[in-house]
Amino acid sequence: MSRVHLYILSGLLAAAGCGFFLYKLLVFGFPLQPEARTDVWRVEVQLQFEAAGGPAKASLYVPGRTGDLVIVDQSFVSPGYGIGTERQLGHGMRADYSIREARGTQVLYYRAVVQPVRVRDDTSRDPVPPLPPPQFEGAQRIAAETVIGAARQRSSDAVTLASLVVKSLKEAPRGGEAAFLLGPQPTTRRIATVAAQLIHFAGVPALVVNGLALAPERRNARFTHWVEFHADGRWRPLYVNDADRAASHQLLAWWRGAVPLAEVSGGKELQHTVSTSRSYELATRTALNQQRALEQKLIEFSLFGLPQQSQSLFRTLLVIPVGILLLVVLRNVVGVKTFGTFMPVLIALAFRQTGLAWGLLFFCTVVALGLAARFYLERLKLLLVPRLAAVVIVVILIIAMLTVLSFKLGLERGLSIGLFPIVIMTMTIERMTLVWEERGAREALEQGLGSLVVGILCYLVMNLRIVEHLLFVFPELLLAVLAVTLLLGRYSGYRLTELYRFRVLAR
Amino acid sequence: MMDWLRNGARLERNGVLGLNRRNAEYTLPLNPRDRYPLVDDKTLTKELAARAGVAVPELYGVIEIQQQVRTLPRLLAKYRDFVVKPARGSQGDGILVVTGRVRDLYRVADGSLYDEHEMDFHVSNVLSGVYSLGGQTDKALIEYRVNFDPVFEAITYRGVPDVRIIVYRGVPVMAMVRLPTRLSGGKANLHQGAIGTGVDMATGRTLTAVWRTDIVAEHPDTGNPVSGVQIPHWERLLELAARSYELTGLGYQGIDIVLDRDKGPLILELNARPGLAIQMANQAGLRTRLELAERELPRLRTVADRIAFARERFAHAGKSALP
Repeated sequence: MSRVHLYILSGLLAAAGCGFFLYKLLVFGFPLQPEARTDVWRVEVQLQFEAAGGPAKASLYVPGRTGDLVIVDQSFVSPGYGIGTERQLGHGMRADYSIREARGTQVLYYRAVVQPVRVRDDTSRDPVPPLPPPQFEGAQRIAAETVIGAARQRSSDAVTLASLVVKSLKEAPRGGEAAFLLGPQPTTRRIATVAAQLIHFAGVPALVVNGLALAPERRNARFTHWVEFHADGRWRPLYVNDADRAASHQLLAWWRGAVPLAEVSGGKELQHTVSTSRSYELATRTALNQQRALEQKLIEFSLFGLPQQSQSLFRTLLVIPVGILLLVVLRNVVGVKTFGTFMPVLIALAFRQTGLAWGLLFFCTVVALGLAARFYLERLKLLLVPRLAAVVIVVILIIAMLTVLSFKLGLERGLSIGLFPIVIMTMTIERMTLVWEERGAREALEQGLGSLVVGILCYLVMNLRIVEHLLFVFPELLLAVLAVTLLLGRYSGYRLTELYRFRVLAR
Repeated sequence: MMDWLRNGARLERNGVLGLNRRNAEYTLPLNPRDRYPLVDDKTLTKELAARAGVAVPELYGVIEIQQQVRTLPRLLAKYRDFVVKPARGSQGDGILVVTGRVRDLYRVADGSLYDEHEMDFHVSNVLSGVYSLGGQTDKALIEYRVNFDPVFEAITYRGVPDVRIIVYRGVPVMAMVRLPTRLSGGKANLHQGAIGTGVDMATGRTLTAVWRTDIVAEHPDTGNPVSGVQIPHWERLLELAARSYELTGLGYQGIDIVLDRDKGPLILELNARPGLAIQMANQAGLRTRLELAERELPRLRTVADRIAFARERFAHAGKSALP
């Protein structure tokens, strides 16, 4: 009875999932493959502030055209607000959101679709704005003159002068004039600002550019900064950061000068988050254009209707069931032993952030060091909860140390280690020690290795672009995944490992 | 590799029960969830058995909260030897067998010595749920150390051997004797390295043994042959097993019985998810026997019927399976 019930339920789920999938694929023309070359990005800025109750005005700089990228579409989502844009001399285009009466938390959005241009075109750029000459006083003035003097001696024109100034700032020896101008521990922004001031001080119009590196999926994108100077009748970029120079064709110049991105009057606690993503807009837009009104509504109520930030979250969320399905197969059909039920999937999620090689390295290092610490704690005879707490603290310390260490070694990927699920790692360490003591090292390593292998396999499947694409565009496929999972729940055949385990009975 | 992939069909033919099928067709439908605490919590099992008049090892005391740990030395002072075990422990984890005392130290079955602090720590660990299913807080039982019947002396390395019987709705279907080895640290637990010998259900004589996944004819530490040993009180053991169904209401369970020199068979614990290695010890599949029992069940009304059925139908086929 229950078996028939299960088959019918799974059949219905699978049919619904596949039917909806086929309808969207054949009738709507949704793309089955992720685009081979994705060259459209969506950028979203979310502004949030607490309105005081009276009139409120928020200003936000918006990107303009730069050398390699062009804004093909932009929109302002701001219920009840009036929008005005105004060009700010020397800074760029600024949008002003204003309202007569606002109270409580206000959330405003700015969205833009950005595309690269085929032919680089600089002619339409701003003319040289009458920038005020930078002010250097006293000791700063002397230091500035020294740095410029040194650069001028070795340069032939404005271009080489500018790059020499940046070079001298980047390689500023401790205690030198350049270091004095920069101050302690200069950021990219500080270097770019000082460089622009110095270059301008030397007579070449220059300003600092604040821009965004377009990345496929980034939920909290950070602005980067570089210098722009005017020579030979046009503006030229000069990158402070090596990574920016390498990816300069994906840098979206946003606004210029040392002013904040957004400001608010009549409110407080202004926050902004910037997210970027590769867009499927174009491929789906062709599909959308042919749709009737009802179908348009369906699209609006799909994941494409969500704000960018939630979209990138769902890209990750939707692949988890695929990893979990794989885990079910590996545990119940193959018979791999793992620590904890879903630990491998969580490890796989962390691998998505760190990359496989680094993730493995970090995971093994943290677990190995954690195990060592745990074995030491064993000798102190602590009770369970304080001991677990101690292991959590040790794990966080290890992660902090590894992050600093890898960063000092110049390994940028090391920074992502903080994304590992700390509590899960702690439980892994705790269970591994117990198994180690009760059942021996062999069993512990066997289960540890099992977890890791399952984690890797889940990562490999969850990280396939086609899988991510299919589930995001056709989330109804999850119904089919659910159906298969339910069916596996009644699988009562042998596990693959049992064929080996019971081999003496196979005669 | 390819060879053991083909094992599936052969295992099926021999009626071998796999973990998935055990869960899907036996433990899940036959063992109601609300009965699990009866076997998962050994204090409850003991109460139950005592009420039914079934013999269990005497309970010396229960430590339920951390404060009570201070009273531990006073409680233990009366006894030279005893066993400390978690009430909700699984698979023999966390069981400490104290065989005697050396000055003010406790001598443990694996030969090591515990001082007062280490004993307190072990009990505290038990209370905080280190060994319990799911990690909930737990109780620690202090109970009579079984003075085991010398019948298995030649094939035991320290520790206490026990007899595991799988009971399907009151019918004993398969049995094995679990013998501790040096590897198992005195514990009668197969995955900790103990060996398990099959048992001829008709006579109660031991057959060959399984060690990990291999068949062995001798005890790995003592070198003595494991087969042909007659389990004393066999009829009484089968009766304990057959009655255990009425005790717990679990349709598929494993019952662990120890043989005490003076007190005879004692129920050590009951298990709602008994392992499958018993099939290797007996070199026989459980499914064949379970399906046979299921067919005959309507005819088997009394405990005596079920015992007679088991002795008659599950007798060892006599095939020499020794490698």
